[in-house]
Amino acid sequence: MTDRIEQRINSLNKRLNSEKRFRIYCIGAMSFALAWVLILFLNIFSSGYSAFYRTVIQVDVPFLNLIEDTTQFSEMSSEDINNLSMYSFSKKAIYRLFPDIEEKKDKKMLIRLFSIEFEQEIREFLKSNKSNINETETIYLTASDDVDQVNKGNYPRDLDEDKRRIKDIQLLFFDDLVDRGLVSYEFNLPFLMRGDSREPELAGVGGSIVGSLFTILVVLILSFPIGIFAAIYLEEFAPKNKVTDFIEININNLAAVPSIVFGLLGLGIILNTFGLPRSTPLVGGIVLSLMTLPTIIIATRASLRAVPPSIREGALAVGATKMQAVMHHVVPVAMPGALTGTIIGLAQALGETAPLLLIGMVAFVVDVPQTPLDASASLPVQVYLWSESAERGYVEKTSATIMMLLGFLILMNLAAVLIRRKFETKW
Amino acid sequence: MGFILISLIILIGITSYFLGNLRAKNLRTSNQKNLKSLSHYYGYYVALWAVVPALLILLMITSFKSFFIEQYVLSDFIALGSYTETELSLLFTQIENIAMGIKLFDENTILIDGAVNKLNYINKTSENLTYVTVLGFSGLLVLYSIFNINHKLNSRKIVEKFLIVLYFTCSLVAIMTTVGIIFSLLYETLRFFSQVPITDFLFGLNWSPQRVFVREAGDLDTRDLANAFGAVPLFAGTFLIALIAMCVSVPVGLLTAIYMSEYASPKVRDWAKPIIEILAGIPTVVYGFFAALTVAPLVRDIGQGAGLTVSSESALAAGFVMGIMIIPFISSLSDDVIKSVPQSLREGSYAMGATKRETIVKVLLPAALPGIVGSFLLAVSRAIGETMIVVMAAGLNAKLTANPLDAATTITTQIVVILIGDQEFDSPKTQSAFALGLTLFVVTLALNFIALQVVKKYTERYD
Repeated sequence: MTDRIEQRINSLNKRLNSEKRFRIYCIGAMSFALAWVLILFLNIFSSGYSAFYRTVIQVDVPFLNLIEDTTQFSEMSSEDINNLSMYSFSKKAIYRLFPDIEEKKDKKMLIRLFSIEFEQEIREFLKSNKSNINETETIYLTASDDVDQVNKGNYPRDLDEDKRRIKDIQLLFFDDLVDRGLVSYEFNLPFLMRGDSREPELAGVGGSIVGSLFTILVVLILSFPIGIFAAIYLEEFAPKNKVTDFIEININNLAAVPSIVFGLLGLGIILNTFGLPRSTPLVGGIVLSLMTLPTIIIATRASLRAVPPSIREGALAVGATKMQAVMHHVVPVAMPGALTGTIIGLAQALGETAPLLLIGMVAFVVDVPQTPLDASASLPVQVYLWSESAERGYVEKTSATIMMLLGFLILMNLAAVLIRRKFETKW
Repeated sequence: MGFILISLIILIGITSYFLGNLRAKNLRTSNQKNLKSLSHYYGYYVALWAVVPALLILLMITSFKSFFIEQYVLSDFIALGSYTETELSLLFTQIENIAMGIKLFDENTILIDGAVNKLNYINKTSENLTYVTVLGFSGLLVLYSIFNINHKLNSRKIVEKFLIVLYFTCSLVAIMTTVGIIFSLLYETLRFFSQVPITDFLFGLNWSPQRVFVREAGDLDTRDLANAFGAVPLFAGTFLIALIAMCVSVPVGLLTAIYMSEYASPKVRDWAKPIIEILAGIPTVVYGFFAALTVAPLVRDIGQGAGLTVSSESALAAGFVMGIMIIPFISSLSDDVIKSVPQSLREGSYAMGATKRETIVKVLLPAALPGIVGSFLLAVSRAIGETMIVVMAAGLNAKLTANPLDAATTITTQIVVILIGDQEFDSPKTQSAFALGLTLFVVTLALNFIALQVVKKYTERYD
């Protein structure tokens, strides 16, 4: 008798133990998924935040050496200043940091502490302050990427010299400049304003932000009205027949087509048959609109379906036509849902890369685009482009670009949630 | 120019709305007779006549204009008859460049100078002509429609009919997109298969399209060309990476779904579910960056520590990160499916004394199996179609391998590798990308179709 009871208790314990184990597996799986969200964000943020700061080196520029009287600058037009030959003058200004060095090789090394556009930066300073230039002005010049990375501590200084991009003598110069308090950090505004560049310290996301904005604008203009109209037709007016069924099957299938296939469509039809210009936000926007349409249509239909029939019938009962009932009463109620769907679709489009690669939005574009018809990159494409570059400076820039992309996505999704919360009506 | 013209048309449209509205009101007060529709419908009616035909004409003009301009500008050269079509189009770009002030060649002949003048002239005239035609047409139709307003005209019916047609056209965009995809893929694919036999493509074991350049230099015969387009290594690589992804995402996704639907308190659910769904919202290029820069070196280091040779573009790293990306697809779909199993089944099982785990494993999962399988299939189709992760983290060279530590390439990677940058459209290399695209399209469509059928069958069972 006791044997059997013991047996029962044993088997019960076994069952309860396996129950506990199973529960732990489940919690483990969920923690695994949650942990990766955390790892992903930490990884990106820890390597990306430093791109929002840049290293500048303070240089005293003796403008008196360029011209006899510095007040003369105020009478010069921008073009005159552009025509001034300033290269050797700018170099000499930099040499003044270390007056003792004589050897040409060392001087060259010193110049390489700065970004290659140091002459341009002095010229820009001159242009914007030409009315009150003193004999000697203190200018903050952008440091080269190697110096920037050393200053941020991202670069291993203890490597062998021939494995390093930055040489021993440059480190000596740099440390001396730090001791003299001439090296400082500042907010990296140029990173947000400029276009792409082959030099990591000069490369910015400005061009791709504008490119992304244009693309999203095209997507919004095309897919919002088309999506909503299509949803209204299918939900409210479409007769139950084969054509309607066929349209519905198509929409559901399109939602599942891999995005790269839309890129092939854009390449084969929009670029080669219609001959629209390559690499432009216009074409990118058209391709992404076709891709986001199913999302918008499906979301809008769902929110139209959620409008209670009493609203429709009430309008019809007081003599409204079908169209009036739908447009004046049903659609306004369903609008928050449609907007939410549209924003989510736009967020998808904003993060999409593959189709843009095929329609040539991977071009190296230095200028910030002015219209949707200018060649440009977009934020995700910029991530792809920079991630292929070997220079260390691009790693933090890529992560920073991802941070901005994620920031935009979070904002959009937040907007969608807020709209839903604010306008959602429970019937 | 287009922007100004369109703004003008819209302006005309707004004015004509007020004109039509006013005219209808006047008609009603002066004749003391009711109109068939409310007066603003007459406004819409006039505005539609003002805007819609004008925009259609503008669309037609802009799409045919360039062709006629080219014909006109090159008429002298065409009359000579000694130019081929490609030479003519090259010539036209050259003339366009000169007209814009970019001089590449100094050898301007009289003919080219004449053509440049012609181009400048026709550009100016055609712009003026477009303005006159479109705006004149719009104005005429406004007048026509305003005088057309009378007591018998039911403008509401017309406006509503127009709206329905507009809505219907918008819903046709979905069909047009599908047709466009199929057409563009099929057209290039058929041209590809006219040069490379389809059996070589589907069963060939060697993928090296870069060899086509050699053929164009005239060194290789067509048999070698055929041997360059065997897609089996790509299919194998795609399958391998998708398999690794599923090995990660299926257990994690399914267990997460079980926890969410059966164990978690509503509070935990409320914050954990959105966080996991963040994984689905992160752009794939971010995963690609993460895989290439963080996970792949990590996998390589661990492998080397264990004494294995691991490629720095290992299939394992790409597949693993892809698996993490897919977790929320499986977890949220399976979650829905498990939750929709009727409560009576659960309670019946508990009443028999079963523990939670026994209920889940022996009752709920078998009942929800079709739906769960459907969610797996959808996830597989996601994994096969995923591009950026594999482009950035998987290998670029096709090699037939089943070793997850080796580099493997996929269908999507090869499409991007072939089509990125400048393409020659008559080369079989470019066309092969479209053949790969068609394969991808067909496979994912089939997977989705089966998955949706399975899920539908299942949900019907308990409704």
